[in-house]
Amino acid sequence: MRILPTLLFLAIVAALPIAVPWLQFVFTLALAHGLAALGVALLLRAGLISLGHATYYALGAYAAAFLSRSVGVTDFFVLIAGGILVAAAAGVLIGLFMVRYRSIFFGMLNLAVSMILFAFLAKFYGLTGGTDGIRVSTPTVFGAAFDRKTFGDVLFYSLLVIIALVTFGVTRYLRSPMGEALSAVHTNEVRLEYLGISVNRVLLSAYTLSAALAGLGGAIGGIAIGHVVPEMAYWTGSGHLVLVAVLGGIGGVLGPLIGSVFLELVHTLAAGYASDVWNLIVGVTLLFVIFFLPQGLYGLPARLFGRKEAAK
Amino acid sequence: MLQAFIPLLVDGLANAAVIFFVAVGLTLVFSVLHILNVAHGSFYAIGAYVAVSLSLWLLAAGLPPVLTFPALLLSAAAVAALFGPLIERTFLRWTYGKPEAVQILVTFAIFLILEDLQRLVFGVQSFYQDTPMQLLGSITIGGIMYLNYQLLLIVLAIVVLVGLRILINNSRMGKLMVAVVTDREVAQTLGVRTDRVFMIAFTIGVFLAALGGALASPTSGVAPGLGAETMVLAFAVAAIGGLGQIEGAALAAVIVGVARALAIYFVPELDVVVPYLVMLLVLLVRPYGLFGRVQARRV
Repeated sequence: MRILPTLLFLAIVAALPIAVPWLQFVFTLALAHGLAALGVALLLRAGLISLGHATYYALGAYAAAFLSRSVGVTDFFVLIAGGILVAAAAGVLIGLFMVRYRSIFFGMLNLAVSMILFAFLAKFYGLTGGTDGIRVSTPTVFGAAFDRKTFGDVLFYSLLVIIALVTFGVTRYLRSPMGEALSAVHTNEVRLEYLGISVNRVLLSAYTLSAALAGLGGAIGGIAIGHVVPEMAYWTGSGHLVLVAVLGGIGGVLGPLIGSVFLELVHTLAAGYASDVWNLIVGVTLLFVIFFLPQGLYGLPARLFGRKEAAK
Repeated sequence: MLQAFIPLLVDGLANAAVIFFVAVGLTLVFSVLHILNVAHGSFYAIGAYVAVSLSLWLLAAGLPPVLTFPALLLSAAAVAALFGPLIERTFLRWTYGKPEAVQILVTFAIFLILEDLQRLVFGVQSFYQDTPMQLLGSITIGGIMYLNYQLLLIVLAIVVLVGLRILINNSRMGKLMVAVVTDREVAQTLGVRTDRVFMIAFTIGVFLAALGGALASPTSGVAPGLGAETMVLAFAVAAIGGLGQIEGAALAAVIVGVARALAIYFVPELDVVVPYLVMLLVLLVRPYGLFGRVQARRV
């Protein structure tokens, strides 16, 4: 990991809300989404496009909501851990099937799973609150209770620490043999098998990690909003995660996070006078990035300063 | 007991007919262009919007109501003529040979743009306009009443299925399509204008989706979010049948349509889930779909 860009990114994200307080909530949501998009980006490295990662985002969010409502857990970090664990467990189980599929079929099977979860969340009113969703009450942190405003601060700065840890961890993972093998799946899967490496195991570990990241993002997103709804699992949500990943660039761990913060910033700025055409703006931006900035926003500085290799 | 099942079956088949129009368009585009078009559902919604608007305009202008039938067809043709060549020539052609993730994202971007365009043009209210269904009335067989319009949908779906098969097997354009699907490079070397084949195949796909929307509009109306809903349904049906398989899409549409009708009758909660459950089950047993081959290359 290049320490400097990460620190720079975190410093900018941490500093801006001091000047513009309402940005704090915007960034909290953006980073939560960015974590899920990072999970999607991991799989994209292996050439696998998941059209259903909203599944794990929603699972993380609902797990936190259930722990809070039905089990009575109030601690912030326990809720998040619950979200990660549930999403990762689902990731292992579903991943066992998914890693047998490639390309379009991988994408569509993930999509099918997410739509089943969506229907389940929306229809079983007694258990999941149906389309009303579930309210998540403000958690405590290590036994200390806060009002909503102060908790927002605590959540935001804890999230920055979490992001720092995650980027460090994911970078280490990508440099490990398992992580290097992940990109090799994309390049030449058969050769990898000849080398005696189990492609399925490589993919399963990546799939589980990506599900855990999406679950982490979902749990934080659900807690930040204070409400979870079935739409979190809808397929357009999954599409947006892929979009954010590619927009930011999948070359670096930071890419999806940058993409998410960028998109959320533009969204907020556009909300005032162009909320009718928001999707249109996103669509056009995405087309522009795909056709003219294939390495995403993350690759932009390197492109501008002519250091192509730095974007790798 | 059996008496109760026949109306269910007709309901299911009419539903299957509409799904078939959309799914077969998706599958045709995939088989020729090798692109999974995420914006496909939007053409269904736009077809429905245009058909309803045109019918309402016809009636408001005092023209004979029977003209709403050609209006349905005309709307689909207009949507195809407008969007097919435009989108294929401006965006899709730059993505041929690019990674799947890129292709899917480009069509997702088009989906987002079309969503907002629909809202800008048609607003956020829902429309309903059932003159064609009223005109055809109903028929009573064996003490049970059937809507003639539903029967018409089923007949039209069969006509389209047979028509597509004839088009592909017997027409010059169809043979060129098969050639391009079999080997793009060799076809090009032999002088086939592949870019035109792509454009025409994509336009036919758009037409089929818009036709589905236009034909479904008298029974179900149109509201925001219809495109996104239809998209996933068409995905599921095309995947069940085997991507790129026309007859597969037909069979899958029948399975999904009838299964949904049964679900609505017996376990209404499962209505939305049924297509995806069927898809999961089928793909777990046959990863390439019912009719799919290990390499789906046939048109």
